[in-house]
Amino acid sequence: MRRYLVCVLGVAACLVLFATGGLAANDELRIGSKKFTESVILADIAVDLGRAEGGRVVHRQELGGTRILWDALLAGTIDLYPEYTGTLINEILAGEAIANEAELTAALARRGIRMSRSLGFSDTYALAVLPGTADRLKIARISDLVAHPTLRLGFSNEFLNRADGWPALRDAYGLPAHTPTGLDHDLAYRALADGSIDVIDVYTTDAEIASYGLRILDDDRRHFPVYDAVFLYRADLFERRPDLVRAILRLEGRIDVPAMIAMNAAVRNDRRSETAVAAAFVERQFGLLITGEGDSVAVRVWQRTLEHLTLTLISLSAAIVVALPLGIIAAYRPRVGRLILGVVSVIQTIPSLALLVFMIPVLGIGAPTAIVALFLYSLLPIVRNTATGLSGITPPIRDAAIALGLTSWRRLIRVELPMASPSILAGIKTAAIINIGTATLGALIGAGGYGQPILTGIRLDNFALILEGAVPAALMALAAEGLFDLAGLYMIPRGLRLKRSIRD
Amino acid sequence: MIRFDGVTKSYNGILAINDLSLALNAGQTVALIGPSGCGKSTLLSLLVGLISPDRGAVTIDGTTLTASSALRLRRRMGYVIQDGGLFPHLTARENVVIMARELGWPADRRRDRLEVLRALTRLSPDTLDRYPVELSGGQRQRVSLMRALMLDPDIVVLDEPLGALDPMIRADLQDDLKAIFLALRRTVLLVTHDLAEAAFLGDRIVLMNRGRIEQDGDFQELLERPASAFVEQFVKAQDRRFVGPR
Repeated sequence: MRRYLVCVLGVAACLVLFATGGLAANDELRIGSKKFTESVILADIAVDLGRAEGGRVVHRQELGGTRILWDALLAGTIDLYPEYTGTLINEILAGEAIANEAELTAALARRGIRMSRSLGFSDTYALAVLPGTADRLKIARISDLVAHPTLRLGFSNEFLNRADGWPALRDAYGLPAHTPTGLDHDLAYRALADGSIDVIDVYTTDAEIASYGLRILDDDRRHFPVYDAVFLYRADLFERRPDLVRAILRLEGRIDVPAMIAMNAAVRNDRRSETAVAAAFVERQFGLLITGEGDSVAVRVWQRTLEHLTLTLISLSAAIVVALPLGIIAAYRPRVGRLILGVVSVIQTIPSLALLVFMIPVLGIGAPTAIVALFLYSLLPIVRNTATGLSGITPPIRDAAIALGLTSWRRLIRVELPMASPSILAGIKTAAIINIGTATLGALIGAGGYGQPILTGIRLDNFALILEGAVPAALMALAAEGLFDLAGLYMIPRGLRLKRSIRD
Repeated sequence: MIRFDGVTKSYNGILAINDLSLALNAGQTVALIGPSGCGKSTLLSLLVGLISPDRGAVTIDGTTLTASSALRLRRRMGYVIQDGGLFPHLTARENVVIMARELGWPADRRRDRLEVLRALTRLSPDTLDRYPVELSGGQRQRVSLMRALMLDPDIVVLDEPLGALDPMIRADLQDDLKAIFLALRRTVLLVTHDLAEAAFLGDRIVLMNRGRIEQDGDFQELLERPASAFVEQFVKAQDRRFVGPR
């Protein structure tokens, strides 16, 4: 009994340690970014400007898509993030039929949100061709395409299907002869370069425009909506730290399209980090020297290890506390047990990404949401193994314990749980290893951990960065395995570990 | 005094005990015997309260065995089963003293009692620190007997205690059991399928068949005045083993 107490106290002490160290403080400026390079660079620049002003600024990077960032801003989980006016008008506030910037500002103000002026560039859809094609066919404007019905069009699936994408473009310019092929955005550049298609859709600040030397066709009928880059921030941030907001808003009008393309290219093609690219820009534009903090790999990995351990330890401990009693009930009340196991199994089948996204409206983004999801995923192995371990105790042993006159509670404590301990421990071990792996997905909703570099690495196609997250995650899983094997030596009674030594 | 009054118990529609009545006097050693499935082990399970009768009652010294009285009554009984039923995660010593610890006996009282029982069951002292997997079958039964006797029960219940042992060890333990029963003078109810063992250990033999008592008496009566054709057959089948074909 004493050894169980020691283990429980040890885990509790670790939890307090990580909980106090790992969770965010409240007096800080939290900047969010979407899951693509440009958004991360803009947020990094804002971080640099805020820090140069003396603010405590954290960057919760690559939180996901528009909906997640917008909800996080409304909920106050983040204070500021880069957005595009077109996205606000056509997606987020689409129901309000906003016609101009004044109406947009008013609509945001009603929600306690303010918007900066344009940062200086618009990132909207455009059509691009190779320079050779443009020169040969003398194409400079989208309306020139009408005269060349044989050109092969290759569009991203999103562009093909969006109401303001291809269908609207076709109608606006009268391009009925063309039947475009749908393909992945990243593949489109390669297809264009190797000549299998002639025209693709791009975003006006894509790094590839520079690297492939593409020619952008002029939107001569002003069809595409304007997607001016802006910062959105909470009105209460301005009341709290007007100095920081003013410092960040110095960026208004300072980034033009070529500058943004160059920064995107520096990250995507030259493999420089967003932080470094942002710092270089801030130094050039504002004369501020940004010294990167926590830049060494060791420091980064250590920081993420703490975050990852926080996610795993809290969720796993909570799962043990809940799943153990559930497993005991499942073993002794078979009918209730089937229900418990059924529910817990169904939870297990929900795809992790879906579960995370379901919980954002309720719990917001960040570590707590990830911890709840990990907690739910850890239940099944522990519940099942506890129930299996207890049901596996043979009738003679069970009868002997009853006949001795032990109460049911004392039978559980003195006989049944110790005898089931190998199975229970194996369940906890499985849960821990699944948990460590799944926790990497927490980065998708801003929970940090080893998933962060993996996510960034996938986006940038940077293998080294993926390894920076994947290798420690694998090592942590191995360490957990070893630790549980050691714990087994300590917690599983010796009599259950011995092989039968006497035959008769 | 133990009484079974009109006890009936069935499992899944099959009658294991059929309207059975039986009284055991204090200090008596009674051997329950009969073919497999005759209900003899079920009768023990009813006495220990592992199962409850469909009809009828089990009474111990005037107290009817119920869900609420079972816990108290069990602590006055010692129970030994075929393979010992020792808890594999505890050493022999921990197995023996488990209830004494639960009841808060001081350490020296536990130690004294343990030593008395160890001498009684003729186990070597080092055996007590081993785990059940490290013990031989005979040693396991001796430890199991120590555990059953630890709280000095009024009643000792043994369900085929020697059933899994080979003949040499079995004979050895039969001698020891007889000596222990004589020394302790407790009420003993022993289930066996071996008539010779029943005759050797029991003052009284109760022969069961199909959930009923066929005959209740001593060995001599069973041999000389069988109450039914079944008793005659049963005795003959067992008897052949000692005398060989005639």
